[in-house]
Amino acid sequence: MARPNWVPAGTDLDKPNAARVYDYYLGGSHNFEVDRQMARKAIELWPDLPKIMRANRAFLRRATQFAAEEGISRFLDIGSGIPTFGAVHEVAREYQPGARVVYIDMDPVAVAHSRLILADDPLSQVVDADLRNTDDLLARPEVEELLAPGEPVAVILNAVLHFVTDADDPAKILAKLREALPSGSILILSHASLEGRPDQAGSHQSLYRSTPTPLTMRSREQITAFFEGYDLVEPGVVYLPEWRPDDAESVGPHPERMTGMAGVGRLS
Amino acid sequence: MNESAGLSGPPGNDGPPGSAPGTAADEAADEAAEAAETVEAATAGFRAAWTAMLRTGHGAAVRPGVLNPLTARTADLLHRAAREHPFRPELAGQAGALLIDNQFTDPQLLADAVQLIQRQAVPDERGPALSGAFAAGWAAALRERTLREQEAIRLAADTARQEVEKALRVSEARFRALFESAAIGIGLGDTDGNILAVNRALGEIFGGGPEDMTGVRVNDLVHPDDTPGVWEAYEELISGKREYFQFDKPYYRRDGEVVWTHLTVSLIRDDDGAPLYQVAMLEDVTDRYRLQERLRHQATHDPLTGLPNRAAFFERLEKLFEEPEPDVRFGLCYVDLDGFKVVNDSLGHDMGDQLLTVVARRLENALSPLGHMVARLGGDEFVVLLENCRGEQEAVAAAKTVLAALTKPVVIGDHRLAVGASVGVLERRIATTTPGAAVRAADLTLYRAKEAGRGRWTLFDPKENARAVSRYAVSVRMPAALDRGEFFIDYQPMVDLASGAMTGVEALVRWRHPQLGVLGPEEFVGVAEETGLIMPLGRWVLEQACEQAADWVARFGDRAPKLSVNLAVRQARNAGLVGDVERTLRSTGLDPSMLQLEITESTVVGPEDEALKALHALVDMGVSLSVDDFGTGWSNLAYLRDLPVSNLKIAGSFVGDLHDPAKDTHLGWRIVSGLVSLAHTLGLSVTAEGVESRADAERLRLMGCDLAQGWHFGRPARPAEIARRIAEADLEAAPDPEFGYES
Repeated sequence: MARPNWVPAGTDLDKPNAARVYDYYLGGSHNFEVDRQMARKAIELWPDLPKIMRANRAFLRRATQFAAEEGISRFLDIGSGIPTFGAVHEVAREYQPGARVVYIDMDPVAVAHSRLILADDPLSQVVDADLRNTDDLLARPEVEELLAPGEPVAVILNAVLHFVTDADDPAKILAKLREALPSGSILILSHASLEGRPDQAGSHQSLYRSTPTPLTMRSREQITAFFEGYDLVEPGVVYLPEWRPDDAESVGPHPERMTGMAGVGRLS
Repeated sequence: MNESAGLSGPPGNDGPPGSAPGTAADEAADEAAEAAETVEAATAGFRAAWTAMLRTGHGAAVRPGVLNPLTARTADLLHRAAREHPFRPELAGQAGALLIDNQFTDPQLLADAVQLIQRQAVPDERGPALSGAFAAGWAAALRERTLREQEAIRLAADTARQEVEKALRVSEARFRALFESAAIGIGLGDTDGNILAVNRALGEIFGGGPEDMTGVRVNDLVHPDDTPGVWEAYEELISGKREYFQFDKPYYRRDGEVVWTHLTVSLIRDDDGAPLYQVAMLEDVTDRYRLQERLRHQATHDPLTGLPNRAAFFERLEKLFEEPEPDVRFGLCYVDLDGFKVVNDSLGHDMGDQLLTVVARRLENALSPLGHMVARLGGDEFVVLLENCRGEQEAVAAAKTVLAALTKPVVIGDHRLAVGASVGVLERRIATTTPGAAVRAADLTLYRAKEAGRGRWTLFDPKENARAVSRYAVSVRMPAALDRGEFFIDYQPMVDLASGAMTGVEALVRWRHPQLGVLGPEEFVGVAEETGLIMPLGRWVLEQACEQAADWVARFGDRAPKLSVNLAVRQARNAGLVGDVERTLRSTGLDPSMLQLEITESTVVGPEDEALKALHALVDMGVSLSVDDFGTGWSNLAYLRDLPVSNLKIAGSFVGDLHDPAKDTHLGWRIVSGLVSLAHTLGLSVTAEGVESRADAERLRLMGCDLAQGWHFGRPARPAEIARRIAEADLEAAPDPEFGYES
């Protein structure tokens, strides 16, 4: 599965790409027709999808804010995609002006785009790495540098673990990450879930099968298990809008329709 | 443009209706206050609805630090556009653009926003223009943003592609460098056996450049020495039945030389698992292979002659016996050179070695083309192995080829060495014997050939073999036999043809073997020579015979016969010979003139021969010398002249041949006559052996032959019998009437 470092990844623009499809859901134009076709198809089957994506983005924003308010100024955003607005460094710096962020993605286009955007930001780095090749990811100089001082780090796995199949052993990946993190570090995780809308999950998964990143939706139980070794921050693993909403109204009447689940854990 | 129109806004047709001049001031003030109150309330309501709208949807993802100022600013802009004089619709456009800047790109938002804007009460009918300006501002900004983002993602995609291409180029360059400069030969081929690419090292292995391999097909690379199984493995590989194989494989280089390689071939499959390419890696192991071959060659070949050695011969023979087909036959020719010891002893080992080398080459050249294996077993023994022999004729033909190959003398330096051989031929069905028994039988057959006279082949005979096996018992027992007194001596009369008197006797050693009975010298002297027992035995015979002869002299005076004793080659060449003879004569008191020693032609092989000195010393002592079996062996007449001999004994076969119906009797007599006159020319007396009839005796006498012996004149006899004959002759003082001729 994992390719050796010395074999360059391809840029297959003939296939929809998760990062660009996500951008389209969020109303961006950092995407190509092939991405839009896929996104339109998905929305046709599941009209709530843009809302779900926005809810996910909102969770990332709140969780980043939480981490920054907790005093964390080092962020490792794995599967960062195309950070067009509300990027982690922007949110974090509202509370931690010197916040450093290492963005990681395996899609060369997403990485190139992130580098173009962040070219003038000395505190942000972009790394082309594959989460599934965890040892390689952790060995990258930018990542080592981020982890080196032993200060707590917020690791963000926002809507990325559902692109890791069971065959790639996500539990092992998480264990390796955990072992590399200093104490006091925080795990921010959101994940596509079977909960809430089991009727939609099947067709949506099959749609992603044609992409380079097939989708594996998981149950609350399975998602909660990813926090092994962490202390879950209140309210635990919940539907996306339910995690520390800005106010009660913003949760909305049917949080379960936002089928993603999210949580934050702290490493003691 | 709206703005300029607004700015030019002195009250006019398009001005707000409430500002019309000419109304009562009070009324106007009241209305204004009332209106202001209404506007105040309406504005608050719009702000609340505007804020709520922006918070839902996309706004949920926008952080409060951005969202709150954005909400306030856009609401403010819209308020100003709705209320301020002059009317500046562009402010609404700015609000729309600000939303786009924060990615409020959802078209639903535009619908909601226009609805809100339309719902609020605005002065002077500016509502539609206000909504239009907002929508236009939003749309224009969205278009700009979309184009900007498309450009950005395009740029990112191009950048990424370039980086990937660059990485691919670097990667390809790296692989190309790896491929090109690898010390190991690497070749890529398709599954049809077409060679697609090879690196420099592979080209060099084949003695050329990589370009020389283009168009070559894998199947062209067959070599006759390919390990069995290599091509089967290849077929399995390209058909996908195996992933890789490894062999040591030879190839022809472009210059025709052979290069040995350690070859590994592996299969590359496509994504569906179907065989796609084959990758061959070749390491030149020629030097290692040659070294191994040399070591193997050294272990299996005789360093002197280069022939397969004893070990290799037995290995091959045993392999033949491993899984024999029922009727498969094989043949052995066991070859032993005649007279090699003499060459070795007299001319030195170096000469002997050179002779062996020449013999080996001749045998190899004569027999290998026939498909037979020639091996050197050691010393001057060679063996020819015939695999899948077609019958006795073929084995005999091989033996004849051996003898024919050695007919011509071998020239080494100044020496022309006549070398002959004896061959024991064995031809059997493999199933009837074992390797060990076969070789022993061939060896024994060889001895029979030797005994039958040199320079001939003898075919294996089971009965003879059984007898010969018992001869082995002879050689084993012989050393002890001398100590046990199992040897004794008979004497054969030698008669002067002119007088008919018995003037001499030849001492002939006998062995009374406990199991085999009495054995003649022809049955064990050969073995004694081989084992070295000939030395003590010869000494014993000389002592015994001299003692006997001295006894006769003592008893019969000058009528006692002269004693003839055979001297084996080995004895003659022994440094102690002269001393032995001298000591024996002294101890027995026999006069040297009463002793004649018989040597064979092969005793002396050249004018520088050390043996010659000893012979001269003996003659000087007064002992006379005779050449035994003259005409059957080393008849170098030039040397004969230099030998200090006084007598020739014509071999018994010459006289025996006179009665062979297959042979020309007339010619036979002429040969004998020639030998006699030759001897006389050299000043030598002549003794004929094997004389069995009166007529022959007479004819020999007429020819001038001096002496004769044979059954006609008396068989070898005990000393007492000899003594009786001397006494009788003495009494009668007349020729034995049985001799049948008048003196």
